[in-house]
This record gives sequence, structure tokens and C-alpha cells, in this order.
Amino acid sequence: MLDKTGIAKRIAKEVKDGYYVNLGIGIPTLVANYVREDIDVEFQSENGVLGMGPFPFEGDEDPDIINAGKQTITTLPGASFFDSSMSFSMIRGQHVDLTILGAMEVAENGDIANWKIPGRMVKGMGGAMDLVASAENIIVAMMHTNKRGESKLLKQCSLPLTGVGCVKKIVTNLAVLEVTPQGFKLLERAPDVSVEDIKAATEGHLIVEGDIPEMDV
Amino acid sequence: MINKKVANVAEALHGVEDDMTFMFGGFGLSGIPENAISQLVKLGVKGLTCISNNAGVDDFGLGLLLQQRQIKKMISSYVGENDEFERQMLSGELDVELIPQGTLAERCRAAQAGFPAIYTPAGFGTEVAEGKETREFDGKMHVLEYAFKADFAFVKAWKGDEAGNLIFKGTARNFNPNMCGAAKITVAEVEELLPVGALDPNHIHIPGIFVKRIFKGETYEKRIEQRTVRPRP
Repeated sequence: MLDKTGIAKRIAKEVKDGYYVNLGIGIPTLVANYVREDIDVEFQSENGVLGMGPFPFEGDEDPDIINAGKQTITTLPGASFFDSSMSFSMIRGQHVDLTILGAMEVAENGDIANWKIPGRMVKGMGGAMDLVASAENIIVAMMHTNKRGESKLLKQCSLPLTGVGCVKKIVTNLAVLEVTPQGFKLLERAPDVSVEDIKAATEGHLIVEGDIPEMDV
Repeated sequence: MINKKVANVAEALHGVEDDMTFMFGGFGLSGIPENAISQLVKLGVKGLTCISNNAGVDDFGLGLLLQQRQIKKMISSYVGENDEFERQMLSGELDVELIPQGTLAERCRAAQAGFPAIYTPAGFGTEVAEGKETREFDGKMHVLEYAFKADFAFVKAWKGDEAGNLIFKGTARNFNPNMCGAAKITVAEVEELLPVGALDPNHIHIPGIFVKRIFKGETYEKRIEQRTVRPRP
């Protein structure tokens, strides 16, 4: 079974040379730490920066340079700043190659819910609805089950949706899955996790074809 | 040169009244019009509708207006990090409309650019699209979203000149350029206000035509919301 770092490491393998990538808050943010160093990748943050670098050294923090999580950041050579409208032109116009974000629930048809739990404080969707509505390549990073042990891979989302039929791939602490017209297709198992474990933790339709290899993380 | 300079924040906010709709630039606490917000607290105008990506924190940014119960309605994409906001929202004192961030930016830009409305795929099939017109383009569904109508836009830039030309810094740019000229009156506050001719026309982000009044902000706290650092090697 993977921890959050393991999920980030596995997703980092999906990041290819020449990609512009938008990372959501939480596990997705960790992905940047594990991308191969021999490829060229630029990270976009929807508040208006392309070419995000690591956190600043202590004392170098600049309140005018933050990411979408409102954290102080740095920029790398070749970086650019832009306004919010242009930022979402990159996203809506499908110029960003890969979007990685977290989720509370994903349905077998690719619906995603990650912004609202009715009856609780609602913080808002931020840029998530724009991202999922337009991105061609969306990977969800999440735990396979919630804190109560219930599956987050469902036949149908029970929470208010963020987007419809948009998720293509999911990496959890147990598995890598592809969303297909027939349901969740199991691609890989996490180390020391059996197909039976994954079946038991998946409420939506799970497709298992042949031998399922163990993830390389 | 058409001079947009006003002497101070009091003059810059001349004409604000109760029940108006205001736009505020900024993302989190970065690039917010700190001086205009302080002046609105001082003026005590109430019943405000505020269009802003976020709602500040308890004791800074738009949180200051919330503390004084000056805001009737917030139109935002993300409003976490604010206990007073949560209390007013849950008690029903505050009306909140949450909309996707890109839609927020484009509804500002539409107002600036003279488009009555735009179609966006964001939010289709979700509760954000409920009751709204939808339309298919090239096999994909879109939602009709209207341009905002606002009385004042309060923006913050890094440098400006007396003609109202603006230059922003870093990610403090965010919604500020999109709100310039998107309201009846755009008020820009800047850290450095320069005479005309001091800024290279090649470097201007927002031409002065979109700005009605410009003033030099007295102070900038520039509070950091999440201070994240790495140790020096």
C-alpha cells in the first residue's frame, strides 16, 4: 500500500518531457518533487505563474510571488507572470497538457466531486471546475477509501459534482485505474496489495483483465 | 496627457455609497487594494456586494469589512481561511455566490471588453449551471455567464504614472488587470506613483484609459498567508 508520497511518486511518472502541468493542492503538490530531472516540464499555478520553482530560502519570501495555495514560491529561469483571465485561457484553451488534482469521489463514468459537502462549511471550487471542464488529460490523486473506510470510486457520485465525465486516470494508495466507457479498468496494483483488496475497496464497476502488474515506484 | 492622479484615498473613493457593487483585485492577500479597503472601513458604507476571488482573513483584507458587517453579498471562487465569514454565512447574515475562478475572471474581462456574456464549459452539469442557459458548441456543452456590472473596481498595482498606466508585480497581478475598466469607476492604488514619461510604454500592463483615478497607497503591509520556505544549504 502506498502513502501520499508514494501516490505522488507514481503520478510523477505520468509527467512527460515538454509538458505544461497544473498541480492541485494536497497530494498533487508533492508530485513536483519527484519528476525526473532529465526532462523539461513547467508547472502552472492558476493564480498567474508559469515556471514555478521551489519554496524560497528563509528570508527570501516575497508576498507578491505565491502559488494557488497562497504559499510563497520562487520562479525558475523562463518563468512568466500573467493575469487571471490569461491563466484560465491557458487552462480553458487546453494549452496545459496535464492536470493533477485531488477528489472526494470519482464515478465510473469519470464524474468528479471535490468541492462541497452539503451541510458543512463550503469553501468554494476555486479553479477546479474550470480545470476539469477543459483539461484533456486529468489524473486524480486520492486515497482509495475515505476516513470511514468507504470507497471513493463509486457507481455514481453522492456529493455535488465538480465536473462531468472528465477524469481519465486515478492513482490511489491501492491502484492505478483508467476510466473507460465500461467502468474503472485496473492497470496496476500497489506493492503488497492484491486484486481482491482493490475489488473490496471499489464500489464502482471494476474491470480486471489478465495479470495486473505491481506498480513501479 | 489626461491626468488621473488624485491627492489621497479619500478623494479616490469619492462617490461610494451604501448598497453599491464593488470589485476587488487580489488573490488571497496578494495584490489586494489595502488602502481602499481601509478607507471603506473608515467610511462605514454598508449593504455592499463584493466581487473578489477571496474574502480575506479574519483581520485583514476584506475580512475587515466583514468584521464591520458592511458586506451583504460576496461573489467569490474560494472563501476558506475566515472564521467570521463562516459564521455570517452559516447564520444567513451574508449571502454568498460561489463561482468558478476562471468564470469570475472572464465575467470581469467581459465587462471590461464590452461583451454582455460569455460561454464557458466550466460548471456544466453541476449546481453552478442550474437555471442558466446552456448551449452545445462542437459537441461540448457550455454555460452562459453574464458580464459583471459594478459601481467601483478597486485595484492595486506596483507602479503607475499620472496618466493611469499600470505595471503589476509577480502574482500580485492576478484579477487586478481584468477588473480595470470593468466597473463604472476604476480606482487604482500603487506603491510608486511616477510622473508621465517615467514608464516605458513597452512595459505597461494596463493602459490608463481603463483607469479613472490613481493614487499612491500610504502603506502596504503585504501580509503573507502561507509562509513556506526551505532551509538554506
